[in-house]
Amino acid sequence: MEVTRQRRLKAPKLSGDRDKSRFTHNLLFYTLPPKDVISLQEFEDYAVERLKLLKAVENAGAKHLKGSDEYNNSVRDELKKFINHSSKPKNGSIYDMSDKEYDDIRKDLISHFVLRLAYCKSDELRRWYIQQETDLFRYRFSVESKESIQMFLKENKLNYSPIPFEEKQGILKKLADSHKDMTISLAEATDFYRVPFTEALDLVKARKVYVHRGYVYVPYNELVSIILGVFRTHLSHALAVICRALPHMEEQDRLLPMLSGLSKRYLGQDYSNRKPTGGQVTAAMIDMLSKKSFPLCMLQLHDGLRRDHHLRHWGRMQYGLFLKAIGLSLEEALKFWKDEFTKGPIDPDKFDKQYAYNIRHNYGKEGKRADYTPYNCLKIITSNAPGPGDGHGCPFRHSDTDMLRQKLSNLKIGKENSEAVISKVKEGHYQIACKMVFNLTHGIQEEEASFALQHPNQYFEESQRLINGGKEDGKSSQGSFTPVTPHSTPRTSQNSQKSSQPIPMKMEDVNDEDILQALENAQN
Amino acid sequence: MTNEQTHYDPACLPDFLPIYYKRLFPYGLYYQWLNYGGVPKTYFTNREFSFTLKDDVYVRYQSFADQQDMEKEIQKRCPYKIDIGAVFTHRPKDHKTVKAAAFQAQEKELVFDIDMTDYDEVRSCCSGADICPKCWPLMIIAVKIIDTALREDFGFEHLLWVYSGRRGIHCWVCDEQARKLSQNARTAIAEYLSVVKGGENQTKKCTLYDDSIHPSVRRAIDIVEDHFDDYAIRKQDFAGSEEKWGKVLALVPDDAVRSQVLEDCKEVKAESSRARWAILKKRQQDFKDKCKKSWCVTEEIMLQYCYPRLDVNVSKGINHLLKSPFCVHPKTGRVCVSMDPKKIDSFNPFKVPTLSQLCDELNQLENKSEDDPKKRVKDYKRTSLKEYAEIFDKFVHKLAGSWKGKLIEQSDIKKEF
Repeated sequence: MEVTRQRRLKAPKLSGDRDKSRFTHNLLFYTLPPKDVISLQEFEDYAVERLKLLKAVENAGAKHLKGSDEYNNSVRDELKKFINHSSKPKNGSIYDMSDKEYDDIRKDLISHFVLRLAYCKSDELRRWYIQQETDLFRYRFSVESKESIQMFLKENKLNYSPIPFEEKQGILKKLADSHKDMTISLAEATDFYRVPFTEALDLVKARKVYVHRGYVYVPYNELVSIILGVFRTHLSHALAVICRALPHMEEQDRLLPMLSGLSKRYLGQDYSNRKPTGGQVTAAMIDMLSKKSFPLCMLQLHDGLRRDHHLRHWGRMQYGLFLKAIGLSLEEALKFWKDEFTKGPIDPDKFDKQYAYNIRHNYGKEGKRADYTPYNCLKIITSNAPGPGDGHGCPFRHSDTDMLRQKLSNLKIGKENSEAVISKVKEGHYQIACKMVFNLTHGIQEEEASFALQHPNQYFEESQRLINGGKEDGKSSQGSFTPVTPHSTPRTSQNSQKSSQPIPMKMEDVNDEDILQALENAQN
Repeated sequence: MTNEQTHYDPACLPDFLPIYYKRLFPYGLYYQWLNYGGVPKTYFTNREFSFTLKDDVYVRYQSFADQQDMEKEIQKRCPYKIDIGAVFTHRPKDHKTVKAAAFQAQEKELVFDIDMTDYDEVRSCCSGADICPKCWPLMIIAVKIIDTALREDFGFEHLLWVYSGRRGIHCWVCDEQARKLSQNARTAIAEYLSVVKGGENQTKKCTLYDDSIHPSVRRAIDIVEDHFDDYAIRKQDFAGSEEKWGKVLALVPDDAVRSQVLEDCKEVKAESSRARWAILKKRQQDFKDKCKKSWCVTEEIMLQYCYPRLDVNVSKGINHLLKSPFCVHPKTGRVCVSMDPKKIDSFNPFKVPTLSQLCDELNQLENKSEDDPKKRVKDYKRTSLKEYAEIFDKFVHKLAGSWKGKLIEQSDIKKEF
């Protein structure tokens, strides 16, 4: 943050001195970084709040179809907590904004840029950050009025004009067929924009638009997709630039530790580099453990492996990393996979040549030596959907109803309970459904182990703790922050959405060892 | 040319591969392709290749200075497999001298890989790595659908289709714009082309929403329809047994329609695929006429049985390595040859020359040869490889047309003549 050139700022003031001419629109494209001076506390507070918002956006996306009413309402409510002003159509070019509105926009701007610094370092962090910021922007754009959007486009120099009538005439039916609920007469009445397909990737990906000779024909109400494409490209580029600049900013002692901590904090426990709490797991123990403590996704992969003596690539990744985090050492892992694969069509030599390398790679012993982190629930649910022949993914998300019913009946939880789980799945609450299964298979009520299920390894550890009656995990573990819920409030089904957020920790509560560990992890 | 194919045995690789690499691999065309007119000059030198040597030794980050260097290396090391990767910021063979963050993959052709194994649940003749004339039509359908979509929808022009030598086909999209695409763009195109979705826990993998079908999907349905009778009914007999018919019916979401169809079949004792399919189509049409719900079921079934199944992960990575055209498949001995998409109906994977066959043909040539060495035509043109090399030649020639314009522009700027 620097001192602005055009105005003479007196001593750094945190509020007051509002230069309202800075902001010509409440919706930000985040092209220019803020030139404010702020305190370290404000720096951190804004970032944490925005992070909370982004995490809520992610959760909304896992539970509801993006763009649906439930999704929009969920995001709107979260956004209100962050910046509380409504978007009204503005009159004139510099609109009449209140102090509160100014502060909110400034907070929006600053927090965005702080998080850029925190999330630029690794591919995974960048991808997560870009995804949530893009989703948030999409929502905010969708609630703006037509006039507001026109002004926004003008302000940001995005020039798109509709195709002429003659061009549209020849392709009316194709345009109508490409869009849900569009008739030919509606196509006639709507403005369409012809844009290179690379600028409307979201629409192309979902096949929601007519594509011809490398161009897409975007109806007015989908203009947002194009804007999003521009937004995403710009953000991606900016992050790459920041990442290279970060080491030169000489903030090793001041900002960097706090930024590293930030990127780990709201993603919760990631089960990397942890010493297993229950001691070593050997290959021989896996069958027994799978029946008692594995979540359905991993049980499914384990059973598939035993049945076919093989697993396809993504199944090996998802399951292999999970096993690593429950405490299976590299030697035991090699033994486990080799034993099973050689029962099938793979002979020991072939295993050593083709599969052993990848297992060692997962443990960080080959190639760029990245110690891969096991996938959390959100990642399993939302990315890399299974294709034909694949058994990975989340069974609650990726099975059709009949298949799921069959799997649940194998768990022997009772027909009524199975139906209750299935209705949760139909509402899109996959993790809650899985937690229900956890409760039912362990014969407990929700209050006895009330945690928000976010990670398959968390399922395993909680299960083991219940079974072995072990001591509190909390401080004795090394590694990144544990989302501790200090008060175990009994969750009723109505509150389920809110209480799945981990309660933030203040920097003062975290000890130096944790920060150092987080810094190391962030360097993966 | 021999009429019978000599039986191939992988044990012959160490002896015959050197001959292949010395006399048959089309280095000239290959280099012309990957050099892309030398624009920029480092395009070829910064390209990654990987070799799989005998005993499954895998080496990455191979790169070559020019055609001669490449020929020498390949002939010297005699790789069992060659893969082509991305064009990097630096010479891959020097990558260890560059800082890790600075060594990045920059460009690569957009590629598609269609593997017969992904169709195991809908083909009853073979499984795994096997293919036969009864299931090969799936690849014909795949080429027609993907080739047309890439050209008409995305405007790509330079597509190189190859048969991998065993169980699949690959497509290399070589347009300049394609090579520069980001990972997101590649993913978007691959997803756009994907219609059959879901893993082993998803029985019904194709659902067409709404009362309008996307033009691209409509075009695909038309192509599948052209082949359906011959492929699904005659060759696969896809509903000819209780089990197979059960699988088809499992894709009909309406209980009422399903039970009506079963009744009809019992009444007329319909047991052939043709009869059963006709009844299903009729009942589905009746249902559509009556209540407008789920009327695309016939199309959905056809697509689930025939639409191309792409592996999105192969297409999306810029640094993904894919088997090189014109290398030999170690297990089958067949050369990874080009296919002409316009003549895909007549492509026969079982007639693709094998390594042993080609070496045999070369021997026969020696015996007959009295040619003046100066007038000698390249060896590969005198064997069964000729027709495939011609397809490759046409492709490279057309591709070359696209950068000739550029070179003229550039020399105009520099005022060179």
